[in-house]
Amino acid sequence: MTGAAMKEGAVSDVNPNPNRPDPIMTVDGAPFWRAANEGRFVAQKCGGCGRLWHPPRPICPECRSKDRQEQPLSGRGTVISWVMPIHPPAFGFDQPPVVALVEVEEGLRFVTNVENVAPQDMRFGMKVEVAFATTRGGHKIPVFHPAKEG
Amino acid sequence: MVDRNSQAAIVGIGQTEFSRNSGRSEQQLMAEAVLAALDDAGIDPKDVDGCLTFDLDHSDEVDLMRNLGCREIKYTLRTPQGGASSVTTLVHAKKAVESGFCDVMVVWRAMNERSAYRFGQPNLQIQPNGKSSTFIEWCMAYGAQTPAVWEALSCGPYMNRYGVTSEDLGRIAVLLRQNAATNPNAWFYGKPITLEDHQNSKWIVAPWLHLLDCCQESDGGVALVITRMDRARDTKSRPARILGAEYAFLNNHEIISDYYEGDLTDLEVSRRVTERLTKAAGISPRETNVAMIYDNFTPQILRQTEGFGFCGRGEAKDYIRDGHMDLDGRTPLSPNGGLMGEAYIHGMNNITEGVRQLRGLAANQVKNVETVFCASGVAGAILGL
Repeated sequence: MTGAAMKEGAVSDVNPNPNRPDPIMTVDGAPFWRAANEGRFVAQKCGGCGRLWHPPRPICPECRSKDRQEQPLSGRGTVISWVMPIHPPAFGFDQPPVVALVEVEEGLRFVTNVENVAPQDMRFGMKVEVAFATTRGGHKIPVFHPAKEG
Repeated sequence: MVDRNSQAAIVGIGQTEFSRNSGRSEQQLMAEAVLAALDDAGIDPKDVDGCLTFDLDHSDEVDLMRNLGCREIKYTLRTPQGGASSVTTLVHAKKAVESGFCDVMVVWRAMNERSAYRFGQPNLQIQPNGKSSTFIEWCMAYGAQTPAVWEALSCGPYMNRYGVTSEDLGRIAVLLRQNAATNPNAWFYGKPITLEDHQNSKWIVAPWLHLLDCCQESDGGVALVITRMDRARDTKSRPARILGAEYAFLNNHEIISDYYEGDLTDLEVSRRVTERLTKAAGISPRETNVAMIYDNFTPQILRQTEGFGFCGRGEAKDYIRDGHMDLDGRTPLSPNGGLMGEAYIHGMNNITEGVRQLRGLAANQVKNVETVFCASGVAGAILGL
């Protein structure tokens, strides 16, 4: 992990949702969550052909390699969809979260949250950058904040 | 294409009452619905040799046989993908009886959904597994915990691109509730809504889904009996032939949480089904007389109306506003009131309504019905006399 990645992923001082559920981790998904817990936002990279995949999977559909590696992502992306669950309230959230679908520069899409933004300022096509939120069990998971520039 | 004598037909439909608390087991709902369907067909339970339900159904094949007295089953199947399974069951039932795999197939869905587990509430017991739920791993920690949230997130790009307004969605809810209001079998019988009611109903998922954009939650059981036309000659009720039934499942696409592949404003899966279905049935969904389209949430009606070729992309909101899916329109939408108005038995009560429309016995009977289209996103079927 690079120092820059850690800095990029610094946790916000104010956690709007300290009771956020911990991630559910499957055997095949766990590497993504473990990297996040160390402050790294990564995709699965195929050791055979170099393609990136999300959600993670044990076998590359392009070359059938089982060699799973990690690729750090730039953390920059675009909101391609967003919603706010109001009723029933999302379990573990004291404030209704902005749930978003973010497409990152590398072309992969992630279900995530956009934080540090007022709902009325949410826009399709909004530029965002990765940050990390803390769950009730102390895990760090990737979320996004509005991009500081551009 | 099979000849008419060997073609599959729905010869029996059955159901329990639709409620918010059935007061009895799902096993009992299953047995009551299947027996009602067999009685409707005039077929002895001892002749049942195939059975099919959803992988999410809690009732059991062993119990089905024990309650009904079936002797020997030659074929059983459970279909994945939640409510998308509803029309998928017809795809398998048709092929099973036409191939001779079995002769009399019963299809059922029985659930105490409203009183026992409510799909609309965050479910903390749900685990990523083979019951179409692996996506949960990527959603739960972000507060995407209910079907309404998953659906709204996947519909957003469509809504945004085509400028669909909440009023556009509201017109769908008003239409379905208007149909339910004159269907004594519907939970919302006698309870139509106005566009104002829709607009004033609480937010479920901002900025797309108000309460009245979401289907209700229900307890109940629904069943079908399917056999070949040569055997259908002896049945009590008029057979509804399954002219075509097709299904598609596309790489990197999920069902309700369809986020990861391609242009999210398009419903490619429905277009693929339409191509094959039109070829198999000899007519297209648009040429049928009644459209029973899975209405878990109002945006689904827009996307499927386009996906199954009733109108062009981005045109569904205007197609509906112009009355083409009204009871007296070109292709009436769910005259029973759909899942929003009649009951949410995971789509199966939309199929029984299709059969009633063909028999000419529906509460809101459309005139001169010769063909009915049934759809649940990934699957489509055309029924005919």
